[in-house]
Amino acid sequence: MSILKRSKSATKAGAHATSQRKWAIGFLIAAVLIWVFYTYVMVHLPDGIQTVVQNWFPPTSLNEALVWVICALGLNIVVGYAGLLDLGFVAFWAIGGYSAGWFMSAFFTQVNFRVFTTAAKALPGIHISFWGVIFIGGLICAFFGIIIGAPTLRLKSDYLALVTLGFGEIIPQVFTNGSNIGGFNLTNGTQGISPVDNIGVPGKSLGPFDFSWKFFIFVFLTAFMVFISLRLRTGRLGRAWLAIREDELAASMMGVPLMRTKLSAYAVGAFSGGIGGVAFATHVNGVFADRFNFSISIILLAMVVLGGMGNVWGVMVGALLIAWINSTGLPAFGDLVNNTFHTTINFPSYNFLLFGGVLVLMMLFKREGLIPESRLKAILHESDDTSTNVGGSH
Amino acid sequence: MSALLEVQGLQVAYGSILAVKDVSLTVNEGEIVTLIGSNGAGKSTTLRTISGLLKPKAGTITFNGERIDGKEGHEIVAKGLCQSPEGRRIFPRMSVRENLDLGAFLRTDKAAIEVDRERVLELFPRLRERIEQKGGTMSGGEQQMLAVARAMMGAPKLLLLDEPSMGLAPVLVDMIFETIVKIREQGITILLIEQNAAAALDVADRAYVLESGTIKMSGKASDLAKDEAVTKAYLGG
Repeated sequence: MSILKRSKSATKAGAHATSQRKWAIGFLIAAVLIWVFYTYVMVHLPDGIQTVVQNWFPPTSLNEALVWVICALGLNIVVGYAGLLDLGFVAFWAIGGYSAGWFMSAFFTQVNFRVFTTAAKALPGIHISFWGVIFIGGLICAFFGIIIGAPTLRLKSDYLALVTLGFGEIIPQVFTNGSNIGGFNLTNGTQGISPVDNIGVPGKSLGPFDFSWKFFIFVFLTAFMVFISLRLRTGRLGRAWLAIREDELAASMMGVPLMRTKLSAYAVGAFSGGIGGVAFATHVNGVFADRFNFSISIILLAMVVLGGMGNVWGVMVGALLIAWINSTGLPAFGDLVNNTFHTTINFPSYNFLLFGGVLVLMMLFKREGLIPESRLKAILHESDDTSTNVGGSH
Repeated sequence: MSALLEVQGLQVAYGSILAVKDVSLTVNEGEIVTLIGSNGAGKSTTLRTISGLLKPKAGTITFNGERIDGKEGHEIVAKGLCQSPEGRRIFPRMSVRENLDLGAFLRTDKAAIEVDRERVLELFPRLRERIEQKGGTMSGGEQQMLAVARAMMGAPKLLLLDEPSMGLAPVLVDMIFETIVKIREQGITILLIEQNAAAALDVADRAYVLESGTIKMSGKASDLAKDEAVTKAYLGG
């Protein structure tokens, strides 16, 4: 047994590099297969099967689900890696969305500023390429992440959760009421900002209905997030986050700078929220203040917890699953039941009852999530069969 | 011998309650110095202030010729003042190897870290056997070894040991104290905080006796071990 363990650790470094390449290839193959299926295979399927696929797995919901994955992976860095509870992640999604509204639309008619854009020349406003806005939106979010983090991260977890909760409520309110800030229309109030520019890729300009091409862009962004998450995790910063999650005081005794390390978790998480926000704005072709409500923060948290806090693949599965249930699965299931039994139950309205129930069951029977992080699994299960208790050191 | 750590007139308060009223102590290079005292005397508060977790109300702390009072914890660790905390506080979900790596968090000299890892595993062979095991699944004694080993991975000039014998079986207590002597032989200066005064005075060169926040006595450990007042209060004589 011990020989086995030792050889495993010896090959760790080598296996690490290949596993990184492996996931990237697997991820790409899966994306291509899905794309080929929807673009070429589906039209040749019999009508009956096509309808079923359209009802249960429509291609449009796929893109939205990927946005959820991006944001959930960002929240996973804050909650799963660094162990800081954040109940207001929707704020970063919103700020990212408005970055798209501001920097890639005709909203600011006062100016005419263009950078690598495919938007029509006649349009006024700020038009920056999608790829630039992704970055800008991410940076603005990271900035706000630091702003909110700097004064509050000294708080202990419960109080920090309360502050983030407030932040998640305040930011959407600012956007809702931001149509007249000293005479300046910053957010266009409840009407929101629409439309946003197309996504420019070489030789093409992807409008709101180019689902299959956008799918690849979103897949790319998701892959980027996975890459970041995995790289950070094995790096020095990732170790510092884990140490803080395990025992903050002990981490500081090892020389981990607490404030800086926590802030960087916040900033990186917020950056991802920004990316998701910009992507979502291009997906729905606009940004609307009333979409950014508290339930988004909670759903994101549920994705992270359900999938397996701290495990990138678990969080991805959790996000895809919940996003699918929310957008397609539950309505489709409702239609099926209603048509079969001639009832008129509004199934989608019970989604929170379902989530609540699922989370309670998860906490009772599988606290570490669907695809658990190895550490969590170790502490929740192995500790039962050893003589010492893990909590004894606290 | 030159003073590695010098604490002068230290006062530390929790709110309006003065936990440490007047502490002055010196640790010279190469020494084992112990700070003994009963529960609540202010030992841990003193140590936490030295390591930067608490800010002093008054007084100065000088380490290696530099004022460190008021500095952040991670800055103090970077200067070579590492500690094994009270209650061990190892990272329970990380393997022994990862725990040791975190001890060397601020160091970038990979080759030297590797040498130090070998050195501490030499000192604690039990940890080598359990190198891939999660810290939280080990026994209390093993966790204490890990806590000391982890602190040593920071390449300390001064090692602070906070109650290393707490909650351990007598045979393990002996083993820990034997190791403390071995660590000193490697050229590391040690400030040892203990409730187990007998064992602490046995290994230390000099000792300070802390009583309700004030240093009441100090001197050679062997002299204090014979002192009537100390024997009566701390050695159960």
